Amino acid sequence: MAEAPILAAEHVSLRFGGVRALTDVSFEVRPGEIFSIIGPNGAGKTSMVNCVSGRYRPTEGRVTFEGQDITRLGPNRRASLGIGRTFQNLALFGHMSVLDNIMVGRHHLLKAGFLRGMLYWIGGAQREELEHRREVEEIIDFLEIQHVRKAPAGTLPYGLRKRVELARAMAVKPKLILLDEPMAGMNLEEKEDMARFIVDLNEEWGMTVLMIEHDMGVVMDISHRVMVLDFGRKIAEGRPEEVLADPHVRRAYLGEADEVTQPAEETV
Amino acid sequence: MDLNLLVQLTLNGLIVGTLYGVVAMSFVLIYKASQVVNFAQGEFLLVGAWVCWWFLVDWQLPFWAGFLFTLVFMTLFGLVLQVVVLRPLIGEPVISVIMATIGLGIFFQALMKWIFGVFAKPFPPIFPVERVQVLGLEVQTVYLLSLGISLLIMLAFAWFFTSSKHGLAMRATAFDQQVAQSLGVSVPKVFAMSWAISAVVSAVAGVVVGVVNGVSSALSFYGIKVFPAVILGGLDSILGAVLGGIIIGLLENWAHYVDSQWLNWGNMFQIAPFYALVLILMLKPYGLFGTKNIERV
Repeated sequence: MAEAPILAAEHVSLRFGGVRALTDVSFEVRPGEIFSIIGPNGAGKTSMVNCVSGRYRPTEGRVTFEGQDITRLGPNRRASLGIGRTFQNLALFGHMSVLDNIMVGRHHLLKAGFLRGMLYWIGGAQREELEHRREVEEIIDFLEIQHVRKAPAGTLPYGLRKRVELARAMAVKPKLILLDEPMAGMNLEEKEDMARFIVDLNEEWGMTVLMIEHDMGVVMDISHRVMVLDFGRKIAEGRPEEVLADPHVRRAYLGEADEVTQPAEETV
Repeated sequence: MDLNLLVQLTLNGLIVGTLYGVVAMSFVLIYKASQVVNFAQGEFLLVGAWVCWWFLVDWQLPFWAGFLFTLVFMTLFGLVLQVVVLRPLIGEPVISVIMATIGLGIFFQALMKWIFGVFAKPFPPIFPVERVQVLGLEVQTVYLLSLGISLLIMLAFAWFFTSSKHGLAMRATAFDQQVAQSLGVSVPKVFAMSWAISAVVSAVAGVVVGVVNGVSSALSFYGIKVFPAVILGGLDSILGAVLGGIIIGLLENWAHYVDSQWLNWGNMFQIAPFYALVLILMLKPYGLFGTKNIERV
């Protein structure tokens, strides 16, 4: 494993006032892998992902992406560098059509500025737009949402909305995609579909995946490596079966409090 | 009953209403994109009209050139205002931001009086023919132009928000800033752009009104007329703003008709929209097209 990590968190701590959401967490995600973060409620999983996506800035430590220090960059700059994400609670633009939702993900790739946009029918904007439309259609085909592309996103059933959100994150053309509980609230069939999409976008679309998920069956099935957080600290990392066998992990999941850590809460 | 007057006033109402609609649209644009209630919207008209007047009278430029320079100036004006005054206020309480825009309004009102004086000044004549006959009615040429420009602006808005990169980004930002950012949209840029567009569009309306009535501080009254219009339409609906503007335009002219024919109270023209405002707030506080805020606890 001499390959340089695509994402590295180095001694990341995050505090909100006196509340410690994360304490000295370090991990690396290698290009091409599916890396999962698991842990009990309030363990700091979403906080960790938010430090990567730029919504939070770590109080200490740094985050690098492809070797570049991104700790101080805003979320939109990180998206342009190639970090896409989905949200734990659905965050679609409800009254916009599915296609428009996905096209927003294209925003930073559309070069045509305001004036060229005005000259839409004359300049090269149209050709550029067609190219983007083609790629967006590929994503739509891949996620099997062709039949709802014109529908307002807010009117779709839950499982489909999750897929549209994934499509929108994929439209950013991320090298690294952050999935915050992609299967929360889904039934078994929807979960299987989603797991298949995640494996395919990893293998066929070449996107590295950093995922938070509660469904242990899915996590153990599709992840290459797993990190376990508990009360904001990393307590284990490794291949799924190693992590499952770890005594710290068993203790965290059986609900016994680890005597050295203070309870912390996620504030969001 | 004077039927001819009624038709004339209805036509007036439509024309003035579309202008209100345009101003209301630019007000809603700022509110939607950056959640700022802009009490200086009327001063955008005022500044735009005076700047255009200055280009035409002091610089003796032809109308098209003066108008074009005005648009360029107002773009910069909107950008600078947002970046210098409003950007530092992001995250501050709503009341501070409102006070800041009220302050801006007073400031520009006074500045314009200081530079250009307190008396209304007419634009140089722009059209060779002042009035034309439309379906047997006398209409000022500039009113027709105003109607044309207003419709053009509305179509441009519709295109911008449905088909352009920045329009989509603006809608996304209006809906959820954090999500928009995660998709690569720069929120500060969207804010700045919304102010620039709003300033330009208001200035167009300001020039049109200035050409009809002359330029004076009365222009900024349009900024106040915008409130009944947007509250009727719903604060965050562009379509609602347009319809609200037209309805308010018609309403005040019809109120004027009723007043002049029967009531003779005087001034109904000015007051009627605000009676409507109060009624709407009592009956339908989110307006015809506005979104209800659902508080989840």
